[in-house]
Amino acid sequence: MMVWKTLTRWYHQLGSPRYFYRFSEVLLPWLWPIALLTTAVGLVWGLAFAPEDYQQGNSYRIIFIHVPAAGGALLGYVAMGVAGLVNLVWRMKMAEVMIKAIAPFGAVLAAIALITGAIWGKPTWGTYWVWDARLTSMLIMLFLYLGVMALINAIPDPRQAGRAAGLLSVVGVINVVIVKYSVEWWQSLHQGSTIKLTGGSTMPAEMLTPLLISMLGIYLLFAVSVLWRARAELLWRERKSAWVKELV
Amino acid sequence: MSFTATMQRELLLAWRRPAEIINPLFFFVMVVALFPLGVSPRPELLATLAPGVVWVAALLAVLLSVDGLFRADHDSGALEQLLTAPQSLYVPVLAKLAAHWMLTGLPLVVMAPLLGYMLHLPEQAIGVLFIAVLLGTPTLVAIGAIGAALTVSLRSGGILLSLLVLPLYVPVLVFGAGVVSYAAKGLPVSGVLALLGAMMLASFTLAPAAVAAGLRISSGN
Repeated sequence: MMVWKTLTRWYHQLGSPRYFYRFSEVLLPWLWPIALLTTAVGLVWGLAFAPEDYQQGNSYRIIFIHVPAAGGALLGYVAMGVAGLVNLVWRMKMAEVMIKAIAPFGAVLAAIALITGAIWGKPTWGTYWVWDARLTSMLIMLFLYLGVMALINAIPDPRQAGRAAGLLSVVGVINVVIVKYSVEWWQSLHQGSTIKLTGGSTMPAEMLTPLLISMLGIYLLFAVSVLWRARAELLWRERKSAWVKELV
Repeated sequence: MSFTATMQRELLLAWRRPAEIINPLFFFVMVVALFPLGVSPRPELLATLAPGVVWVAALLAVLLSVDGLFRADHDSGALEQLLTAPQSLYVPVLAKLAAHWMLTGLPLVVMAPLLGYMLHLPEQAIGVLFIAVLLGTPTLVAIGAIGAALTVSLRSGGILLSLLVLPLYVPVLVFGAGVVSYAAKGLPVSGVLALLGAMMLASFTLAPAAVAAGLRISSGN
């Protein structure tokens, strides 16, 4: 019960723009060096020191960028959906700010996942692009991110824009699950799975450890970016309130 | 009560301006007619393209028609009246979606088999095309209405609406076109048709709530 009470209090406090601003001010100076360091360790370890793949040689190393980017894009989209739901139910200002802060970095990660996938696909599959189920669902996820950003940009009133983007993200999260299954079904209809990622879950620890570290690093960078963007957005939105006038 | 009233109003309004029913249908036929001209009139090639072409054209026709779903009501202020009324928005929105599908979706359903025939689709697939479009277009209307509700107060709604809604249309397109290709190859189709029906029921029960929320957001309540 104590834990629950602490959690709800924390949740309500973070919902207040002023508290969030102070909290992130304390957190960020610690978070961004850790995020940068973790990413650097993961990437250098993966790109330079991890063993070669017995089948793909060195070209497999792009997964140390590709997999964290794809995972981050997916996580960001779910986070946007959760923020959208919170905003629909409680009309929390911070949730709107969060959606606006998450969308750009998530879209960039989805684009990075697609581009690195294409670069890896050329030597491995012999082509930059195939209409594979995973590639297609990632492409649609990028479109969904762009849709949310376009909607935020199109609506002049920031609160209305945030709520509209929240509703769209909630619908999108439900839809993205159906998209995933439909695309897998569609792909198996047209061609057998001639292309498979070698390795997969049978990855040895020397490769898995740097991969997990770089995933953690990218997620932390995502968090840093979201906090930074949210702070800038907060200052702009609350520019007429007393606490911002006191600050600047 | 509010369901039949809204339905009657929608049908009466459409009856007085029949061009709005006819235009999406013309659009549908014209887009499909462009493909043989642009690709090739060879029957075997057209037959393989047919499911996708008919579905993409139907999807775009629904998308274009759905853009105006709330615009007239928004401009005239009728939407504000609906929003301030002391009752749930769910039922009137459901009636509006149903009426809109009857007016713009149903003509596409009737026209689809003919277009399939013109694209040399094998005969056993034409009936399936009819059922697939019948089950799929309500889903398209319901999902498109969410986007229309969110963009109704914006001046340049049209192109934004397609950016928002087209990615959400992917499952319907995949299953709808897929089931027709299945039928053309003589494979069993009932499972996929059941999926299309499930998506229709799910979207028609859930979407009105999302549309109502979207309309409230757009009107600033």
